[in-house]
Amino acid sequence: MPKDIIVIKNVSKVYQTGEVETVALENISFTVKTGEFVAIMGPSGSGKSTLMHILGALDTPSLGSYQLNGQEVSKLSDDELADIRNQQIGFIFQAFNLLPRTTALKNVTLPMFYAGIERDERTARAEKFLKMVGLASRMFHTTNQLSGGQQQRVAIARGLVMNPAILLADEPTGNIATAQANEIMEIFTKLNKEGHTIVMITHEPDVAYYAKRIITIRDGRIISDKQNRSYTPGVLGKGKRGL
Amino acid sequence: MDYKELLIEAIQTLRVNKMRTGLAVLGIVIGIGSVITLISLGQGSQQQITNQIQSLGANLLTVSPQGQQSGPVRGAVGGGTTLTPEDSIAIDQLASDLVAKVSPEVSGRIQVTTGKNNTNTTVNGAQEVYADVHKVTMESGNFISARDNDVMAKVAVLGPTTATDLFGEDNDPINQVVRINGLDFRVIGVTASKGGSGFNNPDDAIYIPLSTAMRQVFGRTYLSSISLEASSSEVMVQAQDEVGYLLLARHKLSEVSKADFQIFSQSDILSTASQVTGTITSLLGGIAAISLLVGGIGIMNIMLVTVTERTREIGLRKALGAKKKFIITQFLLESFILTMVGGVLGMMFGFVVSFGLSKLLSIAFVISPSAVLLAISVSSLIGIVFGWYPARKAAQLQPIEALRYE
Repeated sequence: MPKDIIVIKNVSKVYQTGEVETVALENISFTVKTGEFVAIMGPSGSGKSTLMHILGALDTPSLGSYQLNGQEVSKLSDDELADIRNQQIGFIFQAFNLLPRTTALKNVTLPMFYAGIERDERTARAEKFLKMVGLASRMFHTTNQLSGGQQQRVAIARGLVMNPAILLADEPTGNIATAQANEIMEIFTKLNKEGHTIVMITHEPDVAYYAKRIITIRDGRIISDKQNRSYTPGVLGKGKRGL
Repeated sequence: MDYKELLIEAIQTLRVNKMRTGLAVLGIVIGIGSVITLISLGQGSQQQITNQIQSLGANLLTVSPQGQQSGPVRGAVGGGTTLTPEDSIAIDQLASDLVAKVSPEVSGRIQVTTGKNNTNTTVNGAQEVYADVHKVTMESGNFISARDNDVMAKVAVLGPTTATDLFGEDNDPINQVVRINGLDFRVIGVTASKGGSGFNNPDDAIYIPLSTAMRQVFGRTYLSSISLEASSSEVMVQAQDEVGYLLLARHKLSEVSKADFQIFSQSDILSTASQVTGTITSLLGGIAAISLLVGGIGIMNIMLVTVTERTREIGLRKALGAKKKFIITQFLLESFILTMVGGVLGMMFGFVVSFGLSKLLSIAFVISPSAVLLAISVSSLIGIVFGWYPARKAAQLQPIEALRYE
């Protein structure tokens, strides 16, 4: 029986800009279990970025509760949130967000550095995950010597090194050429198969197609939350229009 | 926290922008450099002055006649006629361990001539003991002897400056003749240079026997001064008192306030001089500290620019789990390295400049450990103080805002 890894209950987020209140999320509730691969879809301005920030412990909700891996996250201090992000969440950003002029290896060791893991252990683990994403030969290349797809694979390795509860991907293929995007999505599928829980924010149906479950939000509310019927394990990369 | 890793990272970051790093460091180099230079020069001249004063004699007390009071008018120090050779003898006969040597002296500025040259110089009437009390050593020949005084010999000892003025660089003045007040004196010696300068320069002087000076040159029965050497530096105040009361009694004066003489102690002059030079040193150091402050503000400016420029990087680091203290440490370390490098370079720069200047101004070259300590501690302090605000600003960035920053 898979356990609940994300429990979002009645979460609202209101931004106050001067006199004006903007409601970004309104009373959202959903649960994600271990091993799920969820796509959160919605047009721009729908609140999906805000939701991603809350899920990623980069921001806290105005109202409601958020439990990640059994721990209430919504009321934590900045430094406690930093620990949650470090231990429980593997981020994959649209713009990769790797340190410039720094080797792939060094980039992957960064979360372990903040976790206080010993240097040798850091290097060993980083090498292992870089090999896993197929970059064994590029470990000592600096960020600017890598293609977009390769950079995103470095970011995936970085997301995995702390063995987090969830992988949180924000438009992971948004800045990548189609062929390489395909590879990235296959890595996600493979990781999910190995048991990793993945939450992916996207506005592209072709990318969302890879997920097992699709939550659609609009104007800060969930308008649909359903299993992806077209999802068929084993026919990866054969989306309706391709990627 | 893995400081080694942080340190490596900070150095790498600083190396990326060499021009900017260099300029920030330059501000500190100039600041620390000028503080070191000015303190070193100040201490050098202080030591110079102290050495010069001490070269005039150890544990020296000088008795000078006070200008006599006639009604409300008081004559200048040294202008009085009350100090006699008998006073000197009385002091010498004082059955006391406090005063070791007594040297009665007359002096005055006189035009001195040879066949070709002439100069205006200080003529000192001196006894044999003068050389001992005033630490006069001979370059060549001999100083005035007791016999010279007994027979009122017309012999003269020249200071090196006077010797050069009268006879030129290359000629040996010994056994040559100088004319003082119409009398011919045979030169019997030249004193070694003491490196003095100014009005009371022991190098620019002529020494003749006291008896000759009083009777034949100045035509006086009174002394210009009596120099005393106390037996040790501890008893100088006691010696001063003892001699003072003796002279009061001899001059039949009832109160100290009516004294017709003054007793200067060399240590008074020394402490006044070092007080003055000390004040000048701190003044110069203070002015230099302003440039150090400006350098510190430069560091802060650079660090603020760096924080703004690296907002996205800071956001990423925070997203990956960097706590506030990590970010603060990272940025503080960078500014600390900047100022430490600047401090060390500035220190070397300061030493080179002050060495050059001390040679140029011919004053002593002094490196005090306190200046080194000051440079190191002040520059690291500047790194932390002026790096603190930018570092804190970086640490307080919200990760979402920072990640979104373009």
